Amino acid sequence: MAIDLLYFSWVREAIGTGSETLDPPEGLASVSDLVDWLATRSEGHARAFADRARLRAAVDQVFVPLDAPLGRPREVAIFPPVTGG
Amino acid sequence: MIRVSVQSDPIDIAAELALLVGAGVGGIATFTGVVRADDGVSALELEHYPGATEAALRALTEEAAERWSLAAATVTHRVGVMHPGDMVVFVGTAAIHRAAALESCAYLIDRLKTDAPFWKRETRGDRASWVEPRDGDMVAAARWKDD
Repeated sequence: MAIDLLYFSWVREAIGTGSETLDPPEGLASVSDLVDWLATRSEGHARAFADRARLRAAVDQVFVPLDAPLGRPREVAIFPPVTGG
Repeated sequence: MIRVSVQSDPIDIAAELALLVGAGVGGIATFTGVVRADDGVSALELEHYPGATEAALRALTEEAAERWSLAAATVTHRVGVMHPGDMVVFVGTAAIHRAAALESCAYLIDRLKTDAPFWKRETRGDRASWVEPRDGDMVAAARWKDD
């Protein structure tokens, strides 16, 4: 099942793109499992996802902890802690 | 009346205030965030998560409107490239009494800083760097959970 991945800020820069559509393997239970799989895709992905404490995520635009269940999302965003205002 | 906007256009304070005055109540509080000129910053770029950002701002604003019985609330955040002196964010609240207006305005800017998906990149000279989150912002947002 294809998932739209979105990346922001230095996560986007490290990976080299702001979005990609991928078909991850079955059986990824949590957002963290998805990140583990993504990290194997390229050096940039590995660099972006090296420090999990600096990552935040949203599943179908709902902000969730990395250990949240993945379910069957259409869109997953991975990004650093926010710094607006 | 609730209005949220994520825009690249400059913030029009007069128009924002007119919306709040139009609610017809006696107390209006506003907060305006301005790009700081200090420590050598020459430009500030704001990135956001289109769709999710607007939804997050709307959820926060609706929560504040209910908690403080606001007659009106407006949150406007600029994105894109800005320079020192430019207005980045405007929060305005209108209520019958000043305490509700002032408290809800502080609540909105505190929560916006930790809950809305914006990312800042500062340029100093020929170097650009992503802004790190500040612990103080987390503390400021957390204080509202104890009330």
